[in-house]
Amino acid sequence: MAADRSAELREHIERAAATNTPLRIVGGNSKAFYTGPGAGVELLEVAEHTGIVGYEPSELVVTVRAGTRLAELEAALAGHGQMLGFEPPYFGADATIGGTLACGFSGPRRPFAGSARDFVLGCKIVNGLGEELNFGGQVIKNVAGFDVSRLMVGALGSLGLLLQCSLRVLPRPETETTVAFAPSEAAAAIEFMNRLAGRPWPLSALAYAGGRVRARLSGASAAVSAAATKIGGDIDAGGDAFWQDLREQRLPFFQQPGNLWRIAMAPAAPQPELAGDWLLDWGGAQRWLKTRESAESVHRACAAAGAQARLFRGEAAPDRQRIAPELAALQRRVRQAFDPLGLFVPLPD
Amino acid sequence: MPLSAAFTRQCLDLLGAANIVTEPERLRVYECDGLSAYRTLPELVALPETAEQVLALMRLCREQRVPVVPRGAGTGLAAGAMPVAGGIVVGLSKMNRILALDPLNRTATVQPGVRNLAISEAAKAHGLFYAPDPSSQIACSIGGNIAENAGGVHCLKYGLTVHNVLQIKLATIDGELLTLGGPGLDAPGYDLLALAIGSEGLLGIVVEATVRLLPLPPATRVLLSAFPSVEQAGAAVAAVISSGLLPAGLELMDNPAIRATEAFVHAGYPLDAAALLLCELDGLPEQVAADSERAIAVLTAAGASEIRSADDEAQRKRFWAGRKAAFPAVGRIASDYYCMDGTIPRKHLAEVLRRISEMSAEFGLAVVNVFHAGDGNLHPLILYDNGVDGEFAKAEAFGGKILELCVAVGGTITGEHGVGSEKIPYMCVQFGSGELQQFQRLKRAFDPYALLNPGKAVPTLHRCAELGRMHVHRGELPHPDLERF
Ligand SMILES: Cc1cc2nc3c(=O)[nH]c(=O)nc-3n(C[C@H](O)[C@H](O)[C@H](O)COP(=O)(O)OP(=O)(O)OC[C@H]3O[C@@H](n4cnc5c(N)ncnc54)[C@H](O)[C@@H]3O)c2cc1C
Ligand SMILES: Cc1cc2nc3c(=O)[nH]c(=O)nc-3n(C[C@H](O)[C@H](O)[C@H](O)COP(=O)(O)OP(=O)(O)OC[C@H]3O[C@@H](n4cnc5c(N)ncnc54)[C@H](O)[C@@H]3O)c2cc1C
Repeated sequence: MAADRSAELREHIERAAATNTPLRIVGGNSKAFYTGPGAGVELLEVAEHTGIVGYEPSELVVTVRAGTRLAELEAALAGHGQMLGFEPPYFGADATIGGTLACGFSGPRRPFAGSARDFVLGCKIVNGLGEELNFGGQVIKNVAGFDVSRLMVGALGSLGLLLQCSLRVLPRPETETTVAFAPSEAAAAIEFMNRLAGRPWPLSALAYAGGRVRARLSGASAAVSAAATKIGGDIDAGGDAFWQDLREQRLPFFQQPGNLWRIAMAPAAPQPELAGDWLLDWGGAQRWLKTRESAESVHRACAAAGAQARLFRGEAAPDRQRIAPELAALQRRVRQAFDPLGLFVPLPD
Repeated sequence: MPLSAAFTRQCLDLLGAANIVTEPERLRVYECDGLSAYRTLPELVALPETAEQVLALMRLCREQRVPVVPRGAGTGLAAGAMPVAGGIVVGLSKMNRILALDPLNRTATVQPGVRNLAISEAAKAHGLFYAPDPSSQIACSIGGNIAENAGGVHCLKYGLTVHNVLQIKLATIDGELLTLGGPGLDAPGYDLLALAIGSEGLLGIVVEATVRLLPLPPATRVLLSAFPSVEQAGAAVAAVISSGLLPAGLELMDNPAIRATEAFVHAGYPLDAAALLLCELDGLPEQVAADSERAIAVLTAAGASEIRSADDEAQRKRFWAGRKAAFPAVGRIASDYYCMDGTIPRKHLAEVLRRISEMSAEFGLAVVNVFHAGDGNLHPLILYDNGVDGEFAKAEAFGGKILELCVAVGGTITGEHGVGSEKIPYMCVQFGSGELQQFQRLKRAFDPYALLNPGKAVPTLHRCAELGRMHVHRGELPHPDLERF
């Protein structure tokens, strides 16, 4: 399915600008739990603006319209033995590439291959003035002008509409094997994971869940099997399903009651002092906490541990995340620079 | 307008006489960066020793509306650190300490004046390294690398500066210290870290950086392959990448580059080859064995006339010696050279190299090509003689044609060296009015009075009109919102 709706989308924004109508950009709407409900606003629907515009496997670059389903894009890449290196979560069959980039979500491969923003080479956007603009390009090195393309990633559409993006893609590894290690306490697991990550193992994922550390190894078969024997632990036959369930938040951990917090911190740093259940991904740099503690306690404990917390799912409380006041002021000015009329739903705080 | 005596006195009060340079003979050092054809003598250079001093200087400059040009090691190749009239230079060379090395978290926290290579040297004891490795790494500073989003030979596999920096502290023109990014892999809010990287000193001064360290690979092999034509070598690059390999580095040198470096460092390169490719593979020994088997098959099929392989450190160094010494080697065969930095989709390598050699004949100036082929990042070195009247202008005109060609085939005017003062005219070719105005609005969000590195990196529309450089997009009139004059 391919359809170019750029003109309609741009006109819609121009109209909204003329009448001062706030807009909420919607892709597949799979990530609404994260972005929160918008105020009484008009919807700007991108899901019909679809299609892979350019894909040359030998360039390792794909250019795609924002409403293209993630599933369709990944299938096209797989057809040429390639993949999105950041292993994005879907959170729903209708997830679009635009919504995925706007949320800036990356999966288990992130610490070893890079994040969503790392793979963005360029994009076409419509800003809050209804102007269609092009930043970056289709080449992997480009330092002409400010890096607006990467700024769009994680901005939740608050700086403008993503119309089209060029992404760097990676060759799919020949083999992947998961090893699971003997059960351990969190503190020991944190140290163990970081020791592993400091050695040149061909790691592509590293997590601590259900009391065990698991590591995924990727590469040429000979290298992966040699590493799997030397690294210790046992081969986990259910490894692939484990990483998928972790990425899509389908593991039993995520079904427990309580709010789900995402905590970003130095991977080897000790756990923040908070009651609840923990799951550590990204070798400890992305930690999930299921807790009934208040937002205030979570933020306080995290700040003390040099960590930054973000309410991922749960009571749509305010105080989802905390940003230093001087940074918040700068963010407002940056938003003004793209959307001076304030048409797009701002970042939730 | 010259700096006032009162302003100079205030700078002296803030930093002390030992950290302020005003004597003409000492100011000469700061009049240009690595692109020495562009020069402006500064009136005052401040050399702060602490972040607090940088913040105090910023407040003073903002109050008195004095422009600020940040400077690292001055190895830039786009006149980004060139002083501006009526402004001061803030040199970060005295802030050159590694503040912390954390082997378990695999990070180094450093001041901006720390040399790129010093980080990897310090990390080596822990089996770690800092991946981005510009050829200037013995001299260039991490602050300059962040400002330029510097690349290097190993960026194909390990990424650019933007992929390897976790957090920076940025001194704003308001005298505020912002922490962008975090100790983990991301931070809440907009990705202002990504925006700051590559911003060429236009948004703030980097006063501290935390960078990611990676484990040193246990095995490395370099394949040196010779090709009977540049076109075949260019096609071989595309073939290697599409075979699913991700080499740590993939560099191309043409025959003039081979000859110049061979005469200089005697690396043992095949002098009769039209082009050679250096392909570095690293990882576990089993991975390197599997990859090099595949690479050799691909290179052979692509028409390599000879393939040599280096496993031990001494041999590998010999293979790299010529590539690493390429710029100074060219410096020996020509009185001056002008280094271009366009990036193109790899599939156009052969065609663009052919066009460059045709233009070389048209302009009557020789060109040497040695570049990051795996990234499609060209570095044509245009040879000229500054002693001959008008030759630099001719070299610039030739360089401009190369950049326009890069844009025409879907590439960009700069892959890693930045726009600086030098490529301002070509920004007007690469971007339309809308994008340029968006850049300006973004700049004002950080620097409302346009005091940070003014006139660099992002041109105003008026500048484009003055330069007579216009972006032509689908036959539309470029910058239609501008008055013509
Ligand atoms: C409360 C709730 C919880 C849910 N939980 C789950 C769950 O646990 N698991 C599951 O599988 N599914 C879940 N869903 C299902 C989900 O709605 C989806 O199916 C969806 O496919 C994702 O859409 P999207 O990725 O296109 O992004 P969207 O959800 O449409 O958008 C995400 C964000 O990106 C912005 N955006 C989108 N497109 C663009 C663009 N082109 N340019 C700029 N910004 C853009 C939006 O403004 C928004 O801020 C949940 C839905 C809701 C309402
Ligand atoms: C022989 C040679 C080989 C080279 N090879 C490469 C290469 O392989 N890859 C590559 O990317 N580059 C290369 N370069 C270019 C150059 O080394 C890089 O651009 C480098 O990043 C510049 O660092 P510097 O410290 O010298 O910065 P400078 O030249 O001093 O400054 C560069 C820019 O950064 C700004 N700046 C400097 N420090 C700061 C700071 N702390 N905060 C804010 N802004 C700051 C300046 O205002 C200026 O705009 C090469 C240069 C030479 C001479």
